[in-house]
Amino acid sequence: MTWQGLLGDALLLVVVTLAAVPVGRYMYNVFEGDRSLLDRVMGPLERGIFRLAGIDESQGMDWRSYAIAFLLSNLAMAVVVYLILMFQQDLPFNPARLGPVAPTTIFNTVASFVTNTNWQVYSPEQTLSNLSEFALQFLQFATPAAGLVVAIAFVRGFVAGRRDLGNYYRDLVRALTRIFLPIAFIAAIALIATGVPDTLSGSVIAHTITGATQTIARAPAAGFEAIKQLGTNGGGIFNVNSAHPFENPGPLSNLIEEFLMALLPTSLVFTFGHYIKNRRQAWIIFGVTMSLMVVLLLVIYSAEAAGNPLVHRLLGVAGPNWEGKDTRFGISGSSLFTTLTTAYTTGAVNTMHDSLTPLGGLVPLFEMMLNTVFGGKGAGLLNILMFFIISVFVTGLMVGRTPELFGKKIEVREVTAAAAAMLVHPFIILAATALALSTAAGRAGIFNPGFHGISEVVYAYASSAANNGSAFAGLGASSPFYAISTGIVILLGRYLSMLLLLYIAGSLLAKKTVPASTGTLRTDTWTFGWIYLGIVLIVGALTFFPVLALGPIAEQLAMLAGRVF
Amino acid sequence: MALAFWRNLRLAVTLFVILGLGYSLLLVGIGQEFFPYQAQGSLMVEKGQVVGSSLIGQEFSVPGLFHSRPSATVNAATGRPEPYNADNSSGSNLGPTSPALLKEIRTNMAFQRGQVTGPMPGNLVESSASGLDPEITLQAALAQVPAIARQTGIARGVLRNLVLNQAQGPFLGLYGPWRVNVLKLNLAVRQIEGR
Repeated sequence: MTWQGLLGDALLLVVVTLAAVPVGRYMYNVFEGDRSLLDRVMGPLERGIFRLAGIDESQGMDWRSYAIAFLLSNLAMAVVVYLILMFQQDLPFNPARLGPVAPTTIFNTVASFVTNTNWQVYSPEQTLSNLSEFALQFLQFATPAAGLVVAIAFVRGFVAGRRDLGNYYRDLVRALTRIFLPIAFIAAIALIATGVPDTLSGSVIAHTITGATQTIARAPAAGFEAIKQLGTNGGGIFNVNSAHPFENPGPLSNLIEEFLMALLPTSLVFTFGHYIKNRRQAWIIFGVTMSLMVVLLLVIYSAEAAGNPLVHRLLGVAGPNWEGKDTRFGISGSSLFTTLTTAYTTGAVNTMHDSLTPLGGLVPLFEMMLNTVFGGKGAGLLNILMFFIISVFVTGLMVGRTPELFGKKIEVREVTAAAAAMLVHPFIILAATALALSTAAGRAGIFNPGFHGISEVVYAYASSAANNGSAFAGLGASSPFYAISTGIVILLGRYLSMLLLLYIAGSLLAKKTVPASTGTLRTDTWTFGWIYLGIVLIVGALTFFPVLALGPIAEQLAMLAGRVF
Repeated sequence: MALAFWRNLRLAVTLFVILGLGYSLLLVGIGQEFFPYQAQGSLMVEKGQVVGSSLIGQEFSVPGLFHSRPSATVNAATGRPEPYNADNSSGSNLGPTSPALLKEIRTNMAFQRGQVTGPMPGNLVESSASGLDPEITLQAALAQVPAIARQTGIARGVLRNLVLNQAQGPFLGLYGPWRVNVLKLNLAVRQIEGR
């Protein structure tokens, strides 16, 4: 670790925080405010969209209508993209003349992109036409917006005096036209300036000075890259994702991308503060979550800077772990990107996670298991508030008070649904991992031997369940076994918990707001904040500790003892 | 429900046209108009011919040129190693306790040994993430200077200055290590040789 590296990483986090406060207020205005500067430009566009779709966006919805609209729109988007991928060989914008995509790959890819996961079982340069990439890019806009508005609807359940959760279509379209589109557009132009190509001309052949030829794949990458990060999507237009020099040409583009992925989920915490009219609560959520993320960043940065003793013995000299890292980001830039991409569940990578040191690899894995370190668009805040419900319940039991959260009584129905939502995540990860490790088809995909192989498998399902999309990419994820099983875990991870939380929102909406009294357990105190964090960690550690001990922890001890497999 | 789904389908197609096509084509146009060099992939042209991209690394295994980092890319059709295949980016994905990793590093050390003076920089024997890393650390470049001087007959001091002139420091003094672009460096070496 160097002081420059630490200072640089800290500076980025400060900039994110400074931006998140006003952006959080802006997002509140987008959903609840009447007027904004963008009305003149975006108003006609929004009205045009609703007219073409034949949708009335003025009706308020209860939780059932909101959930049905969310599901139907996701299904419709999936159908459109499914058809484009299926017929890409007959459609325009295919400069490399790529052929049909395998059916299991289409299933996995559509499931993965419609859920904001962006797990990729294919190599983009070799598989998808420009038109197919545009179709995925459309999902990279629409699905984070859908996740975001489900979180907004959930939060509305706490707002005193509200009768409905809002209109899904109005929320979705406004999120797109007023948040995602303008920011992505500006960011894309900035990325082109830093060197990210944006062309439809396909690959170019270079004749090198040593007399060889090099075919250089190109793509309309800048627009894709911008929304990929801003929407915490993470699916690359090149195989190695943001490690590819065309997706991420240097330290400046790396900073822009880190900023983009952190911006909206952090801002959403402050948006939430505006909804419940308690900014102190937002700062406490922000504070404890940021503290956890900083600790995890220090773990991965120190582990990668310390390097691999097995390699040091060969080289005769100690040094950082360069395997799977590109030079321009350095160790600090690789470590911060890896920490952010799994905290915010983006899943973009500028480092090959499979080649991280065991302790370094534990950090992204653990963040996806917790799924509450800010988290992705909407899903992160939903998970945080789900753990808030569990926390007021647990603390309520300890002090013998009826649990309340933001003025609403938390009763059997809410606690049951929150507990179910909480258990879905570890259950689908661990059950799928057990299935894969106990079958020949599952074990056949393992690339690295020994304890690391276990990490590869559990990483794949943690990434799928958390809708992250990053991978220990050595795993043979394109085999039918993994394409189908990760696809199913992705769908369960996305929809089960979201539906349960919408159900809770519906139940809360029907309750009267009770004014805070001396008997109320306050949640906007640091004490409660640390209790919340403790509960997140205890649940995370208890459910996942055995598999972490078998995977990264065992491998770290083996590495230090000089063992290979 | 069928009517509701039909409306959602229309919404999806409308949004695809705006967010998939419109946004992309507008950006492609802006790129070509205002940043043509970057938008086309930062291509380097010598004597009217594209010799590479300044962002994409190349393999240099002939004597007299600086070596790049090891690349784990393969031929997409055969699956056989094809370093710096810019049509199929890939890392090695080898884990830290894999014997294959140590074997790979031993092979790379044997390849770099004659090229490097002093301790072996890890950067030159551990594979990059993209398989297309255009750069090496400044230390890895300086370690190659004596060998390049021997192979080309160019004075060590001249080569050393060349490396130092081409070296790029951290962005804002904080982000990224001191590093050198290998293609640009080798083009400069060829220029000194008068080729």
